[in-house]
Amino acid sequence: MKLLLVGEYREGKLLDTSAELSGFASAIGADASMFLVGSAEDVPAFSGTLYLADARVYGEYNPEVHKQLLLKAVEEVNPDLVVFIHSSYGWDLAPRVAASLKAALVSEVIALAGSAYVVGCCNAKMHRNVTPSTSMVVITIQAGAFSALTQGGTPSVKTLSTEKVSTTEFVCYEPAEAKDVDLAKAEIVVSAGRGIGKKENIDMIRSLAKAFGGELGGSRPVVDAGWLDHGHQVGSTGQTVAPKLYVACGISGSIQHLAGMKKSGFILAINKDKDAPIGEVADVLVVADVVKFAPALTAKLT
Amino acid sequence: MNILVCIKQVPDMESHFRPNGTATWFDESNLAFRMNEYDEYAVEEAVRLKEQLGGNPEITVLSIGPDRVIEVIKKALAMGCDRAVHIQDPDVASKDSWQIASIIAAYARGRQFDLIFTGMQSQDRGSAQVGVLAAELLGFPSVTTLVGFAYADGVVTATRELEGGVKGKVRLRTPALVTCQLGLNAPRYPTLPNIMKAKKKEIATFQPGELSSEPPLTGSTAFRHHEKKGSGVVIEGDIAELVEKVIVILKEKTAVLR
Ligand SMILES: Cc1cc2nc3c(=O)[nH]c(=O)nc-3n(C[C@H](O)[C@H](O)[C@H](O)COP(=O)(O)OP(=O)(O)OC[C@H]3O[C@@H](n4cnc5c(N)ncnc54)[C@H](O)[C@@H]3O)c2cc1C
Ligand SMILES: Nc1ncnc2c1ncn2[C@@H]1O[C@H](COP(=O)(O)O)[C@@H](O)[C@H]1O
Repeated sequence: MKLLLVGEYREGKLLDTSAELSGFASAIGADASMFLVGSAEDVPAFSGTLYLADARVYGEYNPEVHKQLLLKAVEEVNPDLVVFIHSSYGWDLAPRVAASLKAALVSEVIALAGSAYVVGCCNAKMHRNVTPSTSMVVITIQAGAFSALTQGGTPSVKTLSTEKVSTTEFVCYEPAEAKDVDLAKAEIVVSAGRGIGKKENIDMIRSLAKAFGGELGGSRPVVDAGWLDHGHQVGSTGQTVAPKLYVACGISGSIQHLAGMKKSGFILAINKDKDAPIGEVADVLVVADVVKFAPALTAKLT
Repeated sequence: MNILVCIKQVPDMESHFRPNGTATWFDESNLAFRMNEYDEYAVEEAVRLKEQLGGNPEITVLSIGPDRVIEVIKKALAMGCDRAVHIQDPDVASKDSWQIASIIAAYARGRQFDLIFTGMQSQDRGSAQVGVLAAELLGFPSVTTLVGFAYADGVVTATRELEGGVKGKVRLRTPALVTCQLGLNAPRYPTLPNIMKAKKKEIATFQPGELSSEPPLTGSTAFRHHEKKGSGVVIEGDIAELVEKVIVILKEKTAVLR
């Protein structure tokens, strides 16, 4: 089996996803080449072939240009499997490449099951196996699902080039908003999810956080709805926290939320749904109405 | 200007899911369905663009699925879409993203759409594939994970969400397709007068076979509950007792309670 791994590079920096891609390659037990639009001065450490296009020439991510470059690498390698990380780069580029190759596309793979790929569905509550029926397959793997492997070594570099024509023009990056609360320093974080029901109930979760002597966090819908400022958001597009105690109030436990808190020392979840995927990481899952449970717990703590 | 919005009807994610007879997908009985959350942002953004342009664009909303999807089509019409296309497909759950995208592209081809809005992903399948695949099939440029959108004179300025709160701004010309991320806007609730008005709007129907008969590129098996990895405990019962139990556990297992 031949793999072509797709590395990531942004704003002059190699992103540290290549070790995860190598980890996947070793899990599958296959030899791998890598594709990267990056820099010859900063190449991923592995011993194989690196198909490299120069980011100084091709600029920041441009879907059409990167697609053309990657298709050239695919032509040279003729891989059985093209592997992306399921990131803003991977989920954007993978379908473009798959469509050009008319290859089966499997998104956000979390494990292997023989020749099938295990993926989550129904907001991570359920799993299923996806079986590709084309000879070449394109997949994206969930960030963190396969352990990273730093192989070491120096790749042999083959340079790629293409004509730089595109209908999409990169304008600029907007940096992350400055955060008014540094949740990462807190020993205890108590977070509100959509399950608290309404904006007025934020105060109830804030009181619980106070009773614990901790900080208030929240899931994305709570922030999107304007119940809490973005500075409080926990997850892949918010803050990453690892407090001694994390209390998830009415949070389902989507992958993107878990990415921000699953390393917490102890996780207490309150959810009325026994099957909620937060149960996968929770040390204690209290099956209850959080609107009743949270004030009762606050009262007991104070 | 001609706008297409693609919406999917999905089960409420708080439902209890059970595999269907072949374990390819969930059993549909006893499930409550609603509009895919991401698609609500797509509908809202299209309607806002129409309002910005003084009501000139015509918005078509499209959904592929069994007759139950009429419910979400009606919601989109009540939110401000002008007309609807229902692609009647009782078998939609067995189609993969490639087939869904092929049907959408076949419908859109030759109908002169300037802009197509889709959700970034569906909550049940969560593949984040259909929008981009449809754009590729149509030869449209596309942008995914939209958290900001502006349009003027045939040019879309789109803000994409990247990792860690960083965003990337890109510019592209129409015709184009964009996939909408959570938080792009605040989707409106349909008002009663608009729900009444929506009843008069046209819903055209098509059979999927009239549009595309592409075979699937993937299959689905072994639909099941997520595998619980941790050693966590689940406690249920009376609130006062639960509180007592939690306090005991926290005192025993953590160093945060004195
Ligand atoms: C690219 C991308 C990035 C994202 N980034 C983030 C991120 O950084 N952070 C983040 O949180 N999300 C993020 N999301 C969104 C994520 O996928 C989920 O949609 C989100 O985490 C769900 O939030 P929630 O658990 O609060 O709401 P829901 O999923 O709606 O869950 C609500 C939960 O509350 C429970 N509940 C309801 N009522 C009660 C009650 N009375 N008592 C107790 N429990 C109750 C329900 O059973 C349910 O489990 C991202 C999504 C994408 C696609
Ligand atoms: N059956 C369908 N009918 C109409 N649009 C759909 C359908 N399935 C998916 N889509 C669109 O494609 C987007 C991405 O879906 P997915 O690739 O399944 O994650 C959704 O947000 C919808 O906009």
